[in-house]
Amino acid sequence: MSANATALEHAHDDHAHHDHHQTFITKYIFSTDHKMISKQYLITGLIMGFIGIAMSILFRMQLAWPEKSFTIFEVFLGKWAPDGVMDPSIYLSLVTIHGTIMVFFVLTAGLSGTFSNLLIPLQIGARDMASGFLNMVSYWLFFLSAVIMCSSLFVEAGPAAAGWTIYPPLSALPESISASGAGMTLWLVSMAIFIASSLLGSLNYVVTVINMRTKGMSMTRLPLTIWAFFVTAIIGIVSFPVLLSAALLLIMDRSFGTSFFLSDIYIGGEVLHNSGGSPVLFEHLFWFLGHPEVYIVLLPALGISSEVIATNARKPIFGYRAMIASILAIAFLSTIVWGHHMFVSGMNPFLGSVFTFTTLLIAIPSAVKAFNYITTLWKGNLQMNPAMLFSIGLVSTFITGGLTGIILGDSTLDINVHDTYFVVAHFHLVMGISALYGLFAGVYHWFPKMFEGKMLNKNLGYVHFWVTAIGSYAVFFPMHFIGMAGLPRRYYSNTAFPYFDDLADVNMMITVAAIITAAVQLVFLYNFISSIFYGKKGPKNPWKSNTLEWTTELKHIHGNWVGEIPSVYRWPYDYSKLNEDETDYVIAGQDFVPQTVPLQENEEEMNH
Amino acid sequence: MTVFLVLIVIILFAVAIWQMNKIYALSKGNSSGESGEVANGKDNRINAKLMVMFMVFLYFLMFYCFWHYSKFYLPEASSAHGSKYDNLMFISIALIMVVQIITQFLLHFFAYKYKGKKGQRALFYADNDKLEFIWTIIPVIVLAGLIIYGLFTWSDIMNFDEDEDALVVELYAQRFNWKARYAGEDNILGDANVRFIEGINQLGIDPSDVDGQDDVVTQELHLPVGRQVIFKLRSQDVLHSAYMPHFRAQMNVVPGMITQFSFTPTVTTEEIRKTDYMQEKMRTIQEIRKEKSKELVAAGEPALDDYDEFDYYLLCNKICGESHYNMQMKIIVESQEDYEKWIKTQKTFEASVAQ
Repeated sequence: MSANATALEHAHDDHAHHDHHQTFITKYIFSTDHKMISKQYLITGLIMGFIGIAMSILFRMQLAWPEKSFTIFEVFLGKWAPDGVMDPSIYLSLVTIHGTIMVFFVLTAGLSGTFSNLLIPLQIGARDMASGFLNMVSYWLFFLSAVIMCSSLFVEAGPAAAGWTIYPPLSALPESISASGAGMTLWLVSMAIFIASSLLGSLNYVVTVINMRTKGMSMTRLPLTIWAFFVTAIIGIVSFPVLLSAALLLIMDRSFGTSFFLSDIYIGGEVLHNSGGSPVLFEHLFWFLGHPEVYIVLLPALGISSEVIATNARKPIFGYRAMIASILAIAFLSTIVWGHHMFVSGMNPFLGSVFTFTTLLIAIPSAVKAFNYITTLWKGNLQMNPAMLFSIGLVSTFITGGLTGIILGDSTLDINVHDTYFVVAHFHLVMGISALYGLFAGVYHWFPKMFEGKMLNKNLGYVHFWVTAIGSYAVFFPMHFIGMAGLPRRYYSNTAFPYFDDLADVNMMITVAAIITAAVQLVFLYNFISSIFYGKKGPKNPWKSNTLEWTTELKHIHGNWVGEIPSVYRWPYDYSKLNEDETDYVIAGQDFVPQTVPLQENEEEMNH
Repeated sequence: MTVFLVLIVIILFAVAIWQMNKIYALSKGNSSGESGEVANGKDNRINAKLMVMFMVFLYFLMFYCFWHYSKFYLPEASSAHGSKYDNLMFISIALIMVVQIITQFLLHFFAYKYKGKKGQRALFYADNDKLEFIWTIIPVIVLAGLIIYGLFTWSDIMNFDEDEDALVVELYAQRFNWKARYAGEDNILGDANVRFIEGINQLGIDPSDVDGQDDVVTQELHLPVGRQVIFKLRSQDVLHSAYMPHFRAQMNVVPGMITQFSFTPTVTTEEIRKTDYMQEKMRTIQEIRKEKSKELVAAGEPALDDYDEFDYYLLCNKICGESHYNMQMKIIVESQEDYEKWIKTQKTFEASVAQ
């Protein structure tokens, strides 16, 4: 099959000469082709997601049935679950690693890495990324960091357990929790490599979008997916290095006796020499990335859903320019709101006021986006493909989760719900579930592009969506209420507080819903794997979409287009556009006008 | 109960598999159809209906949670600033629920109403500056209101004025317990640093500081009702957070610096125990514990302690190690006289060192 493709390229494409002969290693492992790299990101991300979700089920079981013995604990946790009862320290490790894996490895690399790689060259009309080699290095650094993170699970003293925010001194002092020894070291090393990977990827995305757009593809003709990936990459470049510096300083505090974050500590019966440092400094550095990170996770998902909703509604996305403006506004604001994680950290209350102000400002572009999605559905001709369902689901959870942000962003109200389950419910809905829906929407929508025309089974997709949609609301909506009861997060068990006894039933209900929701992801996994091998081949442009990626052949070739790269004559959202007499669509009998179609005679010219 | 839930899971799972099988069989039958894996008219119809059902489910879930779970909300605040907090919280929740109900309705209703049909034309509607303006300006106005209200309350709480008779108390966090240090007769806390920790001087009070001699270190936090308390928070090891949910009070405890928070308790422990809310809550919890105790005794384990009297508590709300979940201190709010009686029974720093 590869011979066939090569022959084709040689016949038509002068750009694809460097592609003559591919061994298994250059094609599947050290590939510099953005399509292959995107698949590598996706599959690695899904495996990490599987691990992360499995962990959450383990600690949810402990929360629902505190200190009960389960064989499953014994099997997976071994010495950390004597007689099948989960140990408090491994509970903290599970929580920590679940957060780290889901935020960074699944939703940052698995979502943005996958779809930026796949779609940026294909949708802007480029043969590949600006640097295929750096792109490959970026993936393999990510892979390496994932391996290191997973290997930390097998460390004698246990994997990192200081929460995914790894606040020192807890994360700096093995005396305070044994997991802050080798486990924490591996965590920091893994994250440092991850940041390098993310930076290489982001720089590549930015350069590619700026320089390599095809003829006619002005910035205001880019699909919103590309805008989202582009801006996400910029936020990443601005904020990830700050996390690296925080990690480096923490490494120095841990290993070289410096005192950036440590001061006046008495632990294990002796006074440490450290003096003059401040953990609050770490919090600032961490959240300077940590908050933009939320948008690094979310913007790609919103970009994907913009594209999927417009295509499946057979309507242009409502307010294209307002959508771009919102993305830019969110990106800008996201870098100046980090302090809302620190209202009660002991920083100056005046700073709290400033951060409340900027935080509530960010609700405005978010609201604009939500309204625009809803208006896009209005008077559409909605094609209920699984990707569409996940996109609608995303808008729903984005609204639900976003609204509670108004409570948490308000410094006053944060006082009493800070670090309770209210926060857990909020961010899981608004960034966890929403971004996962974006990931799924992307996979269902672009699966044919990734796997040479093969399509995912739609009925399994429907089962997957509806059970997930019900399940995730059943998990996270009631969680707000136990948060309002003042139940702190990261508690191994609430048995020490009889006051919380009446919440036990809710906790059980949440866990049962979580188990069902997690189980239905296996349906997706089955669908994904079996469709790679046995999926039905669909047409070249299955969703009747306007964007450039659907003009490529089903068969993957290095260089994407056989022959010349197509030129672009319009924006990507001319769905259901009528001709000037309003008798028929611009192209008679076809409700979409691909970007490669020049302005027609009987067509009104728009701004794009 | 556990068995019952496990059964439910198994049954639901079986139903799910059965359904999936059915759908899968259907999909096999359909494959000869024109559309393959792309949604056809039938898929649009079914999923549009499911959208409506999902909306009903979502509304039911929200209603159910508010109906059954809002009783878990903390009782009315027991501190002076707390009523402002509760008020703001109520307004915010009411507001976001209104928005939530409207937007979720529009989203799911449109998804149902405009489901794809053969021959149906979508409306080419790309832009409308007026609409965009409207839904930019409405959030701006609403949020401006919330921000202003919020910030005034925030600055009231955080930039407190010190009353003349304010009580100064240090909350001292060490893994995994809390201690309180009262400033004594002079109402000035003596200097302290971890480097002074030695023997009985667990809080590291500077023995040479005169102000510290009359300080009183206790295991319980007693607060006189109606008198402003200024908390100075200090940690000896890692980050902790002093969380007193009933007083709407929380502040992190940071090694190397002194953080502070202040409130005026308004409801004594005796009073809150007598409220309907607390009586009802205690009854429910007591029943749950009796149920559980029966199971435990049947399994040959000791029964649970009674929990029929509520006490305020201070808990740790920043992950601090293995026993983080068990780091708490009892708070007792009482009359000024009772407080004075109690504090007299406690030893001063000077007296405890002299021993």
